[in-house]
Amino acid sequence: MNWIEPNIIDVNPLQQLNEQGILTGETSISDEEKLEIYKWMVKARRFDELAVKFQRQGRIGTYAPLIGQEAAQVGSAFALEKKDWIFPSYREAGACFVRGTKPSSFFKYAMGHLHGGILKEERIFPVQIIIGAQTLHAAGSAWADQYKTNGAVSVAYVGDGATSQGDFHEALNFASVFQLPVIYFVQNNQWAISVPYHKQTNSQSIAQKALAYGMTGVQVDGNDAVAVYETMKQARSLAREGKPVLIEALTHRMGPHTTSDDPSKYRSREADEAWDKKDPIFRYRKWLEGLQLWSEEEEQDLNASIEEELKQAFNEAAETTTASLGEALGHVYEKPTNRLKEQILEWEGSGESK
Amino acid sequence: MTEMNMIEAINFTLKQEMEKDENVLILGEDIGRNGGVFRATDGLVDTFGERRVVDTPLAESAIIGTAVGMAVRGLKPVAEIQFLGFIYESMDQIAAQAARIRFRSAGNYHAPMVIRAPYSGGVKTPELHSDSLEALFMHSAGIKVIMPSTPSDAKGLLSAAIADPDPVLFLEPMKLYRALRENVEEERFTIEIGEANVVMEGSDITLISWGAAMAETKKAVQMLEENGYSIELIDLRTIVPLDEETIIDSVMKTSRCVVVHEAVKSAGVGAEISAIINEKALFYISAPVLRVTGYDSPYPVATVENEWIPSMDRIVREVKHVWELSLD
Ligand SMILES: Cc1ncc(C[n+]2csc(CCOP(=O)(O)OP(=O)(O)O)c2C)c(N)n1
Repeated sequence: MNWIEPNIIDVNPLQQLNEQGILTGETSISDEEKLEIYKWMVKARRFDELAVKFQRQGRIGTYAPLIGQEAAQVGSAFALEKKDWIFPSYREAGACFVRGTKPSSFFKYAMGHLHGGILKEERIFPVQIIIGAQTLHAAGSAWADQYKTNGAVSVAYVGDGATSQGDFHEALNFASVFQLPVIYFVQNNQWAISVPYHKQTNSQSIAQKALAYGMTGVQVDGNDAVAVYETMKQARSLAREGKPVLIEALTHRMGPHTTSDDPSKYRSREADEAWDKKDPIFRYRKWLEGLQLWSEEEEQDLNASIEEELKQAFNEAAETTTASLGEALGHVYEKPTNRLKEQILEWEGSGESK
Repeated sequence: MTEMNMIEAINFTLKQEMEKDENVLILGEDIGRNGGVFRATDGLVDTFGERRVVDTPLAESAIIGTAVGMAVRGLKPVAEIQFLGFIYESMDQIAAQAARIRFRSAGNYHAPMVIRAPYSGGVKTPELHSDSLEALFMHSAGIKVIMPSTPSDAKGLLSAAIADPDPVLFLEPMKLYRALRENVEEERFTIEIGEANVVMEGSDITLISWGAAMAETKKAVQMLEENGYSIELIDLRTIVPLDEETIIDSVMKTSRCVVVHEAVKSAGVGAEISAIINEKALFYISAPVLRVTGYDSPYPVATVENEWIPSMDRIVREVKHVWELSLD
């Protein structure tokens, strides 16, 4: 064969838990872990619903909903170890919670607090706004871990849209050439704001793009937390050996792009309905119930405790005093430049500091 | 005449220009079915189809780089960068490719294209959505930079930008997209690129501003007039080329000048204006040129942004300061 035609590549998504909540593959997840994963997913969803509600009420600023992507986020983050690093976009509250980020931090971020967002101790890079930029940071971080031989991996979370960016391609190439312990976790949620997947790339899959860079790729049902978890576990051990992996998790952004977006402009309810049936939480709960691990009563208890936790988190965020501009300006350099010192003094003396 | 806000004026102009010339096409992220995140391109795909209203993959460098190729080959691309803060992704294509192609090819090639991008703060956007980056492009010879502050100016200048034989960066103040409505001439007209607007004549102090910062500047002018100052207010409208003549004429008359811009102070456009006055009108001025600007930090989080942006209070204070510093 001399000509490489695009259709010679056959990519099929891995699935272990089907839409009816029946386990069709095998899993190493213990019963305790099964419940933990479920609880994280439910927490992510409740947080999401609340954040959207609060934005509508004007209590927080713009928010990017993650509803529909709970399995992809929780399943993948849950498979990591404490020493691993993650490089999220703006939509990754679910993954960040699993890593230890408090919901109050996310509320603060959405309120525009100086100290909102995530922390270094959680081994999470700051929320990335520039699409795809974090792919290179993750490669660099993996490079550092490879250099220090400490066995940690770095994971970059991006969307399908990000795979069009130059940074993404340069990152994959570097990762492969230098055999970096890095995983690229693409949540193909079918949309980059209003642009559908088929207009983003003409590849049949994102996973197959790995081939061009000489690295391993895999496509997984992103609404199946079990398959995502198992895939990520395996990817982690490959990455540790210096075999970077590109994972495409097929999922669906059930909500708008952000709270300022109106999806009715570009997509139909009917088209969404097929995806609604693949709801990641619904099938997972069915599975747990079938295993006699979960009951309606436990569900209610869980909801009540999450409700309470999130309410407290919001209050904590709402009561946090805002930092001053003077404090913000102190973070531009380790030591403010003379010009900045001058500006901070000017600001302090201006009477606007009240 | 029709009442329009700035976003409507831009939408109207794009439609008008596309009707006038079938070589005009627009490209960018979410500009098609979605009509752009601010609705600047609303409805255009229905009128002109997907061949001329192109929803591109998410790649700024590719959007600008392909526009360069199109422009050189006779099309008139109007590319949108969704928010100005994302333009860094395409910095090479703009500063090193589009802006230089005429020079590099000794005039054999040129890239007549327009890049539109919203910018400006005060609207509590996420990080990197509000930055004012005009100085980067002023420093990149070969590209023109337009920053209107009113619906009418936006219309006349956008038509001029599309007709211009050079690459033009057209920066739209988000904060003013819907802030004011005014009567706008429906018939096609152009405003000369590089011609500042003397919004108000006065004799004490020249205030120079443009784009988003015009909003607070106008408020300050009103306050100052009430306090007995006679202010000459200049809306630059175009940063490159800079209307030096209007600036110098005004400063020769008032002998004092304050520049207001939202971008950070260091190496900002205000510094350039100050230098020009220094070079060309030193013996006419009676006080140093002062600047009211953003602080020398990245654009900050929402909770402090209103303190960061030049406010009416800061502008008023600096104007009074200039008055106190005056020699005569
Ligand atoms: C460099 C850059 N260009 C444009 C944007 C504006 N923008 C924010 S999110 C987005 C779509 C991203 O889609 P995708 O990568 O699929 O991620 P998703 O939002 O679906 O999670 C766009 C165009 C940006 N933030 N950064």
